[in-house]
Amino acid sequence: MTAHPAATAPLLRRLGETHRAPVAFTIDGQPATALEGDTLLTALLLNAGALRQSEFGDGPRAGFCLMGACQDCWVWTEDGGRLRACGTPVQPGLRIVTRGAPWPPLG
Amino acid sequence: MAAPRVIVVGAGPAGTRAAELLAAAGLRPTVVDEGRASGGQIYRRQPPGFRRDARTLYGTEAGRATALHATFDGLGLAIDYLPETLAWNIHGGALYVQREERARRLPFDALLIATGATDRMIPLPGWTLPGAFSLGAAQIALKAQACAIGSRVVFLGTGPLLYLVASQYVKAGAQVAAVLDTAPPGARWKGLPLMAARPALLAKGAVLIAQLMRAGVTMRRGVVPRRVLADAAGTRVAGVAIATPDGGEEVIACDAVGMGWHLRAESQLADLAGCAFDFDADSRQWLPRADEDGRASAPGIYLAGDSARILGADGAEIAGRLAALAVLKDLGLPAPPGQDVAALRRQRQVMDRFRRGLALAFPWPAGLVASLPDETLVCRCEAITAGALRQSVTELDAPEMNRAKAFSRTGMGRCQGRFCGIAGAEIVAAARGVPVEAAGRLRGQAPVKPLPVAAMADDASTLEATR
Repeated sequence: MTAHPAATAPLLRRLGETHRAPVAFTIDGQPATALEGDTLLTALLLNAGALRQSEFGDGPRAGFCLMGACQDCWVWTEDGGRLRACGTPVQPGLRIVTRGAPWPPLG
Repeated sequence: MAAPRVIVVGAGPAGTRAAELLAAAGLRPTVVDEGRASGGQIYRRQPPGFRRDARTLYGTEAGRATALHATFDGLGLAIDYLPETLAWNIHGGALYVQREERARRLPFDALLIATGATDRMIPLPGWTLPGAFSLGAAQIALKAQACAIGSRVVFLGTGPLLYLVASQYVKAGAQVAAVLDTAPPGARWKGLPLMAARPALLAKGAVLIAQLMRAGVTMRRGVVPRRVLADAAGTRVAGVAIATPDGGEEVIACDAVGMGWHLRAESQLADLAGCAFDFDADSRQWLPRADEDGRASAPGIYLAGDSARILGADGAEIAGRLAALAVLKDLGLPAPPGQDVAALRRQRQVMDRFRRGLALAFPWPAGLVASLPDETLVCRCEAITAGALRQSVTELDAPEMNRAKAFSRTGMGRCQGRFCGIAGAEIVAAARGVPVEAAGRLRGQAPVKPLPVAAMADDASTLEATR
């Protein structure tokens, strides 16, 4: 079993636009901070190394196209909702799970 | 008589210019846009609160981008704008759209499809690793979020976007480990006579490459990529392995890779509308058939922009105007004053010459795709290997891509084959020993993107109509 996605170092690197107001949310119960105007994908990948585990057992995934075409960045909320991370703005209080998602594990 | 119902799908360069012209003719077109604001992907706007100026965001195209945004914003109530709305089916003379959990059926007299394109992808081994993104994604991260996809980025693939995104990363202060172009070194000379149709654009490309050279970025041509490498834990990109002339491998270390082989048309809606498609040998992909103004083979359907032909942003603006003029003509309505159809057609032809030149200069490496190793995950949605896809041909005798899909599920996942379909057809064709056009193309299926079940259940007539 690979390490769970959020356990690895952040994937993206912020290059600017750092004046924006902070937004607090959680990843697997741990507090995390993003900036207003970040997409959920940006918010997650500036705090973690992946978005989710592939439901087919081939390892972690972190999105691919960022334009709503590949459908690889769907993430779960603690209450079982699903969000396409690349097109969803991060909201204060969002509670995202990257492991133990309510999806039947295979293999 | 009621005013004709005209719908434009997409609010990029083609959709914006089409909507502008239709509104100027006195219609009130409905504009369906998946984005939160107009601009499409190429002129995508940064979210509210970001402060970079247009020059920083769009470089030499800043003037065009701001003009296009201003045009769209100026349309105001002259159009019925539906942002954040997915067009997911066409059936019985109506377009089916969905926003959040609300589905609607929009009957039309004319439908103008300007849905753009996505990166054309090669599913290299390792392409599903965190840190591997499409070239378009690398650009969106920078443009719309002021982020780089990593700390040390390799750009891999071919086409103008490869060099454009690399130069944008350098300008933004990101570290570019290398630009790896699969086009053979001599290819661009073959494309030059046709690309000379747009000398100004050619010069812009030369400037980009010169900037990358000045910045000391490693640039290689004729690259044969083998795989994207993972770190020891198997959790992220650690490099790109490329073939060396002696049959060995060279590793270029990086923590992210932006990859893409030019673009593929986002043509599912044209398919659902019943449009005929033709194999375009220049770009080696199936494209919906259209006349020089953008009339598709299905009545009432018009095509513009990269979803019809990959002409680029400037070509999309022209094609959007031409298609809108065709709509007006077919509806028996006068064009707004000052429209010169003949001049627009000539400009479109220039764009098309350039398009064919680009295809020669930055060719799709079909042989590389056909010979991807069996263990490669071709379908990233459902983790299906090239070997399984080949078996659907060699053991189950799939004659073409749709049967191979049924046997192997390649292309049946959530992306509906957007990222594996073109490569999958090369693999099927090679396994059968036939030309790629004989392997066919994945048919579009509704919904063209995943929908919440609630969106369908919400509207009983929707379910009835799509049964």
